[in-house]
Amino acid sequence: MAAELFFKSIEELGALLEAKQLSATELMRTVIARRQAVDGRVKAFNSSDDADALAQAAASDARRAAGQARGPLEGIPVGLKDVIAVAGQPLTASSKMLANFVSPYDATVTVNLKKAGAIVWGRLNCDEFAMGSSTENSAFGPTANPWDLARVPGGSSGGSAAALAAGEVCATLGSDTGGSIRQPAALCGVVGLKPTYGLVSRYGLAAFASSLDQIGPLTRTVADAALMLGAIAGHDPHDSTSFKAEIPDYRAELKKRQGPWRLGIPKEYFGAGLDPAVGAAVEQAIAFYRAQGCTIKEVSLPHTQFCLDTYYIIATAEASSNLARYDGIRYGHRAKGAKDGVDLYAQSRAEGFGPEVKRRIILGTYVLSSGYYDAYYLRAQKVRTLIRQDFLKAYHEVDALLTPTSPMPAFRLGEKSDPLALYLCDIYTIGVNLAGLPALSLPCGFTPAGLPIGLQLIGQPFREADLLAMAHTYEQAHDWHTKHPSL
Amino acid sequence: MNYEAVIGLEVHVQIRTNSKVFSRVGAGYGHPENTLTDPVVLALPGALPVMNKAALDAIIKAGLLLGCEIAPVCKWDRKNYFYPDSPKNYQISQYDQPMCLGGAVEIELPGAARNVMGEHKKIPLMRIHLEEDVGKLNHFAADSLVDYNRAGTPLMEIVSEPAMHSAEEAFAYLTSLRATMIFGGISDCDMEKGQLRCDANISIRPVGQTTLGTKVELKNLNSISFVRDGIAHEIKRQIAVLSAGGTLVQETRDYDGQTGISQSLRSKEMAHDYRYFPDPDLMPVKVDEAWKANLRAECPELPFDKQRRFLDKYAVPYTITSVLVWDRALADFFEEAVRLGGKPQAVGNWIANDLLRELGAAKLPLAKSKVMPAHVAGLVTLIEAGTLLPNAAKEVFAEMFATGDQPAAVVERKGLRAAPVDVGELEQWCRDAIAANAKSLADFKAGKDSAINGFKGSVMKAAKGKADPKRVDETLRKLLAGM
Amino acid sequence: MPAAPDLNLDHVAKLARLALTPAEKAQFASQLGDVLHHIEQLAKVDVTGIEPTAHAFPVVNVWADDVAQPGLSVEAALRNAPAQREHMILVPKVVE
Ligand SMILES: [Mg+2]
Ligand SMILES: [Zn+2]
Repeated sequence: MAAELFFKSIEELGALLEAKQLSATELMRTVIARRQAVDGRVKAFNSSDDADALAQAAASDARRAAGQARGPLEGIPVGLKDVIAVAGQPLTASSKMLANFVSPYDATVTVNLKKAGAIVWGRLNCDEFAMGSSTENSAFGPTANPWDLARVPGGSSGGSAAALAAGEVCATLGSDTGGSIRQPAALCGVVGLKPTYGLVSRYGLAAFASSLDQIGPLTRTVADAALMLGAIAGHDPHDSTSFKAEIPDYRAELKKRQGPWRLGIPKEYFGAGLDPAVGAAVEQAIAFYRAQGCTIKEVSLPHTQFCLDTYYIIATAEASSNLARYDGIRYGHRAKGAKDGVDLYAQSRAEGFGPEVKRRIILGTYVLSSGYYDAYYLRAQKVRTLIRQDFLKAYHEVDALLTPTSPMPAFRLGEKSDPLALYLCDIYTIGVNLAGLPALSLPCGFTPAGLPIGLQLIGQPFREADLLAMAHTYEQAHDWHTKHPSL
Repeated sequence: MNYEAVIGLEVHVQIRTNSKVFSRVGAGYGHPENTLTDPVVLALPGALPVMNKAALDAIIKAGLLLGCEIAPVCKWDRKNYFYPDSPKNYQISQYDQPMCLGGAVEIELPGAARNVMGEHKKIPLMRIHLEEDVGKLNHFAADSLVDYNRAGTPLMEIVSEPAMHSAEEAFAYLTSLRATMIFGGISDCDMEKGQLRCDANISIRPVGQTTLGTKVELKNLNSISFVRDGIAHEIKRQIAVLSAGGTLVQETRDYDGQTGISQSLRSKEMAHDYRYFPDPDLMPVKVDEAWKANLRAECPELPFDKQRRFLDKYAVPYTITSVLVWDRALADFFEEAVRLGGKPQAVGNWIANDLLRELGAAKLPLAKSKVMPAHVAGLVTLIEAGTLLPNAAKEVFAEMFATGDQPAAVVERKGLRAAPVDVGELEQWCRDAIAANAKSLADFKAGKDSAINGFKGSVMKAAKGKADPKRVDETLRKLLAGM
Repeated sequence: MPAAPDLNLDHVAKLARLALTPAEKAQFASQLGDVLHHIEQLAKVDVTGIEPTAHAFPVVNVWADDVAQPGLSVEAALRNAPAQREHMILVPKVVE
């Protein structure tokens, strides 16, 4: 049976739209209907402006009719994590602090998506200010995993992964500071790509940790990820950390890059705490690549055990400063009845932020405070150098690294109430952010209970084309991506 | 006991740019409230800073003018503190790697008399760094209103060593620093517009002691005179406290220039802990030799260097140079008039006295003057040639100032050309004058040189005012010598 | 797990402008104690002679030319303001 329209890939939909067998308006209506049918259970959306989306769809149809289709995303509904600015639309970061905030400007990725013809629709749930690994830290309530509604979709881009897996949108953008695209992609059985730091502009992304944050796509297929990346990547003069890199035609490159590749298996990523079903699925993926003629080599990233601590120091320190702007003065939640200016800050922030955000602000403030900077932040920045060197050294021997994305499949909502236990979900993903590398998660099987498992490929800086080609090779030989949750 | 004051100044200078230091919305003074904002200035979610090249040029130029060492690499840090005028609740600034290190501001202290050059000193600088200005709070009885137009304006913080010892030195420091910034085209330094703001750190210690005393920070010194008065007042206050057996507390005090009273500001609720760390949103700045060389080529001569050159090259009196050199346009005007052939001393006099007086009376800036360097050069040359006599020259200047006509034209039109006087005729007038003033002759012979003036009036009368005083003087002396 | 001995939660919360309830304080003290305890192992890493990484891919001199561009209208700038008057943001009286 052919997949439902709302489960089709961008490529498939693009072909239908181009052949005029489908209009953008019909597609948009189908997707809106799907959302209405299932989002009561999935709760992936914080908000959506259906009228605006239909107007964008009509404009897309008009462009196509006039022979002025913009690009490969023409007419494709793309949902955005609710930390990415869209002019005239709410931007809440899933926080009470920004519950009523409407962005007066577009993020650069938003501009780029529109330029590529996409219909920008939907504000997708996430952990508050992207802080979390389960999308339970949201002022709008948790999102459910479409494969098992009692479980989390992962996080922090859980809404982006769940909406996609549930067929409520055709592709999404998430943001990844320590695994926030890849881990939910793994837990929801979709493809998630975290680009090299600097490849995609951060302008318009509500910052969590500036030196780690990257926006990236979540898609049904690797080819779709290539299309989305092509639309959003590129130098942006509004982001000083944006890199002037060559942007190839990622979709076209998929066919040109055939391997065989030298793949490294970091031994530190297969230790205690790895779920056996996840481990087994990843072993099978390794076997696949070996069978394809790839060289498989065990490598060591000796500072892996320090990634978590390094990450939590750097990320929270930057966050404590980045989130200082949320004070209820110029915008955002303002407490009533504060007794003076200082109290207004403290009360507004106490009321506006949820517990995980507060915890991280406290931790970040502490590690930067007088007398502790050298012991924590400066030391973490140095260990970060060592972690980065580990990866770059491994790349002398291999083209990419292959690891599980998450040590465990989707866990139950409320199961991990201890912050530290939740932080451990990210152990395979945070090193990538510290080193600024590109990495991709793609489905590589299911647990016996039917939960998706993700395979992570970690690439070399700015070589997303290779990374996508490696993933594409795997995807072509497997049918995990054709399976969908029944809702 | 005798006390010595130790003073360090922290000066904030707004750099004049078209756009803000970390975003491209316009920068400026006097615009309607909150019309110079963008997502970056308001610190909206997702906004990111991008450096302004012109602000970097300006601070490097300031550093070169003040003889600072320009850091080959500098970076940006966040200074974290909450205040409603600070949109991000952190200020992007430079902490441990400022753009400029060292350097000095040359100052001149008042001389023994107005026409005597005072002592020159170099006040060493600690550093200059670049940062962003905050918004403006307008206070009312029950609340405050914030205008963010000023937020994000490029701001240089110029920190001196604690190396000044009197209010006069601080005054001279600010005067010189301000002129340097204006000369460099870096800032207009209008203190009323907040383009230059000064905080002073003041302590006293017994003469001979090398350690520093308890430091008091004086804030809100919003004119250069208030800085002088406030510091003088604070030094007196500190001496009075210590002399009375009291102790000084480290505090911040607010000086009211109108009343001349300072008072302690309520200490902040908590000690500052700015939690500086490198701003991850910005990349470092690397300054190479070529960049510096380009800016060095744009650096103008500073007032004191100009003054030394004018004294040396043109032999203009000190009092005249000290009028000319503090205004770049005026100094250029002077040099242009000299280049066009005017005798430097005379040109200097006409500019420093007549031109400035007339401009002042007409409330005109130099740029609006109808008298140009060529006019002054022409006027001086006519006088020198004896074609125009001093009294008539005043009239010619007034006419040039009003009309912009060239001096030769004015002289012709008004018939003011000095009559060429026959040598024999002049000698006869002089003899007559001497003969008619026996008393003056006796005085002169007795050695009273000024007695010669007694003859001049008669000569001028006979010449109907058209004799060149210099020639009259020469002729009289020649005749008297023979008597 | 005990609270980190060095973490003065009241002081840090004040710096961060966060009013914490007694319950939050107790919970955070314990949770952050765990995290800080975990973080202590970073002290074991030999970082002698290692340069800190501030940016994964550092470049220098990323700037724009000084050309003013239009910004937000007053209406757009104040659209999300919780309180305003006379085109300005209203805040409680500020004590210096
Ligand atoms: Mg300062
Ligand atoms: Zn400053």
